[in-house]
Amino acid sequence: MTPLHAKLMRDLWRIKAQAAAIMVVIAIGVGLQIMMTGFVSSLTLTRDAYYERHQLADIFAPVVRAPNYVESRLADIPGIRTVETRLNSMASAKVDTREFSISMQVLSLPLHGRRHLNEVRLTQGRMPDAQRPDEILLLESFATAHGIAPGAQLEVTLHGVRRWYSVVGTAQSPEFIYFAAPGEFIPDDARFGVIWMGRPALAAALDLEGAFNEALVSLLRGANKDAVLDQIDQVLDPFGAPGAFGLEDFQSDRFLSEEISGLEVTSSTVPPVFMMVAAFLLYIVTSRMITAEREEIGLVRAFGYSKREVASHYLELALFIAVTGAALGCLLGVLLGRAMVPVYTTYYKLPFLLFRLEFASFASGLLLSITVATLGGIWALRGIFRLTPAQAMRPPTPPDFSHSFSFKKGVFARLDQPTRMVLRRLMRQPWRMLGAVIGIASGMALSLAMLIIYDGFDVAIDRTFNVVDRSDATVSFVQNVPMRTIYDLQGMEGISHAEPVRFVPVVFRNGLRTYKGSITGLSQAPILHRALDKGLQPIALPERGIVLSTPLADELDVAVGDTLMLEIREGRQQTVMTQVAGIAESLLGAPAYMDLAALGRQVGEPNRFSAAYIAMRDGAQSKVYADLKDMPAVAGISLRSEAEEAFQKVMDEGAGSARFIMGAMAFAITFGIVYNVARVAQDESARDLASLRVLGFRHSEAAFVLLGELAVVVLLALPLGLWMGTGLSHLIAQGFSTDLYQIPVIFAPKAYGSSISVVVCAAVVSGWLVQRRIRSTDITLALKTRE
Amino acid sequence: MTSVHDTDHAFKVQGLTKTYGEGHSAVHALRGADLEIGDGEIVVLLGASGSGKSTLLNILGGLDRATSGSVQFRDQDLTQMSDRALTNYRRRHVGFVFQFYNLMPSLTARENVELVTEIAENPITAERALELVGLTKRIDHFPAQLSGGEQQRVAIARAVAKQPDVLFCDEPTGALDSTTGRAVLRVIQDVNEALGTTVLLITHAAATAAMADRVIHFADGQIQKVELNKNRLSAEEIHW
Repeated sequence: MTPLHAKLMRDLWRIKAQAAAIMVVIAIGVGLQIMMTGFVSSLTLTRDAYYERHQLADIFAPVVRAPNYVESRLADIPGIRTVETRLNSMASAKVDTREFSISMQVLSLPLHGRRHLNEVRLTQGRMPDAQRPDEILLLESFATAHGIAPGAQLEVTLHGVRRWYSVVGTAQSPEFIYFAAPGEFIPDDARFGVIWMGRPALAAALDLEGAFNEALVSLLRGANKDAVLDQIDQVLDPFGAPGAFGLEDFQSDRFLSEEISGLEVTSSTVPPVFMMVAAFLLYIVTSRMITAEREEIGLVRAFGYSKREVASHYLELALFIAVTGAALGCLLGVLLGRAMVPVYTTYYKLPFLLFRLEFASFASGLLLSITVATLGGIWALRGIFRLTPAQAMRPPTPPDFSHSFSFKKGVFARLDQPTRMVLRRLMRQPWRMLGAVIGIASGMALSLAMLIIYDGFDVAIDRTFNVVDRSDATVSFVQNVPMRTIYDLQGMEGISHAEPVRFVPVVFRNGLRTYKGSITGLSQAPILHRALDKGLQPIALPERGIVLSTPLADELDVAVGDTLMLEIREGRQQTVMTQVAGIAESLLGAPAYMDLAALGRQVGEPNRFSAAYIAMRDGAQSKVYADLKDMPAVAGISLRSEAEEAFQKVMDEGAGSARFIMGAMAFAITFGIVYNVARVAQDESARDLASLRVLGFRHSEAAFVLLGELAVVVLLALPLGLWMGTGLSHLIAQGFSTDLYQIPVIFAPKAYGSSISVVVCAAVVSGWLVQRRIRSTDITLALKTRE
Repeated sequence: MTSVHDTDHAFKVQGLTKTYGEGHSAVHALRGADLEIGDGEIVVLLGASGSGKSTLLNILGGLDRATSGSVQFRDQDLTQMSDRALTNYRRRHVGFVFQFYNLMPSLTARENVELVTEIAENPITAERALELVGLTKRIDHFPAQLSGGEQQRVAIARAVAKQPDVLFCDEPTGALDSTTGRAVLRVIQDVNEALGTTVLLITHAAATAAMADRVIHFADGQIQKVELNKNRLSAEEIHW
């Protein structure tokens, strides 16, 4: 070991606490990057392989009823590789574990054994026998949630007919990686299931023999998807098609893709903040060391060491810290990644998910930290290169404060001397102060923004489930029902109020902008489910015109008074022009509202309803379920409280750990900065502090001179952090809000409070540690030597 | 020489030892010193490096603790004092002047003196203290704008502004040329005469001993001899 290396090791040991604080900041940055990029690649690769192996379709084309011969017409469309048709329907199932039926999606299985689109992945049991109409396959997660194994019987109401089916196997499918009950966004394995059965049996049950109601299409490489979609619509239009859509508009794929792109954005924005803070810390530590060792540097230069050798000595110190931090970060990233796998597989039903350590991400994390160390180090090393050995060996002149503020006028004249020392030191090194202030504020902003977002989710839940939707349950029907059915509901003993609603699939068009969605028809002055404006006041739906939710209006780029084209995909399939009559607040989905009667007239099918919102009397739930079970028109019932609970559960689980992680991150950054700045300031002013003690100042009075500076830094960082955090939360909310869900930014005093306390706490702990060091310093030693 | 207190000694030191470290690596900095220092005296401590004079000065100044023995300052025993009591002792009774001045670079000359007068019980004004050392014109200058001799005079002004009972000077002229050094010694002598302050002065320059009332020679952690000087010279008469 060369003498310089021996010195390096001893220096590192001497500044071990500071080095450790910097390593932690780097480790968190690299760890987060490795974890997030690891998931981006794990999820992408797993998804792509799963899609590929199970031949997930590129296009889904629902239709009311098309004869089988139409399939060959679809196959003739240029750009299409494979077309397959199937039957797709909703049903309800009764399980022992629940009082009322659960909505199920029923899909037909192809007859023959060759490869098919949207193949299922059998996880247990066997495939149903095509000749046995009572055999079905069940979605694995649903079966698990209810403890149903192959061999069990399941009571299913399909197309108004109730019968028993034998479960012969369970399966997963790339169509159902992420799925939720109809009209919901949060997965709940117990409340939504999928049944696969032989096509002849399903066709018989649905009265769709010799026909299909969904076409699946895979495309040739390089095919023009939009053109294909248009042609499919042309072919299927006469048979009542709401419009074909690509995989990217498919719920499961959309959620997964949003998750992946969210991770991508976060992984490219959050870790750099940590790395910048680390660069700043390495800079102040290295430059302090160089200033303190000025005379030694002059000496070894006088012995004949080159500038490069001296510089690389200090650079090695910075690099050692950076590389160790990066290695720890890699470990942290892998551990975090592994810990997150079960969280992902709870919501994303992938056949397997292995957390991959991306070598590229590890390399880039390492490279980034090396760059950070080099930047921080080189900036500090400029000083060495400027000095000749003779200059370096001469003791430096006292730092010049002659340009600083004189404090002679006004209130300043009353400041005591220790306060003047604090203020002048701050003003003499404004860049260091600014760096520290911005660093702390950034750490605080990161955590604050996330806390605000999570508080926003709470508001979203409350608004969605308690303000917009005040019903107890939504009853959906197999087919559209007349008003009589609603009266029947209203007449039931346990139901205090029932409100009809109509959902109509529609393509919204404004110039080149289109959106495939649906219109919700609400009755006049509804009580249970309402369209609300920004001030959460009910909007009276006009007889003409449409009310769009904010995300939909944004998506289509329209405002109140603008005209919009609606392609109605139901009934007479008309295309009509309508005016935007209002904008409604919405946090879940991108709904559009119309007056129920007006919507019925547009569709050419007045007084028909697709569902009803109901309010139940206290304790009448069981009675209502029992009564509804006897209504063949009822397809299913979804309880608002269950949807809210599912949402709340996800938020609590996610938010709980996120709050902890964000708090820990802000703590680490603040601690790293305050502790390092304090230690460096303590080294720099060791003689001043000792002199103060000699002059008769108490420990606390001497510590004030040092910690006062940090208190000012933290106090400046707090408002900046609050401001940055609030701004960042707006950016995050904007960036992550989609037409699937919107993230509201709210005034969140709780979030402000907790982020302030984390920062203050970290500052107090580091201040206390430094203060303890001051206490144990021998005051006579500092007086002997010259700085 | 007039005594300002009833007791005729400022310090009474008995069997004072100081050992740094333990076992084989123990360094015996003081091996049993006995000494009395009169009130208002100028005492010069002479001796080679490591002879124990700085250790004695640090213990008398309340900066360090003895291993054994006792130190009486008037009627108080410094060796029995708590950390807080020692801080108060330094605050009320003691002024320090060091070889490297130890001024606060971020404070002007006046503010450096005010740093002490703000916490002292019966101080003279900073202006008066700086006038004593002849620095009235440089009162608003920062240390970086002052020469070594000027900085040392500010340090003396800071030390005497609280009107201390004892002034400890550790090599106050060590970093200065002889002319400037003499001027600094002159100031110390003036303070002793004007305020009756007891002065303990460590120096390498044996010639400085000529201005003392009493000269204490140190070697190997022990007092070799104590000389009484009947014919004190003024600072200007000293040459080294």
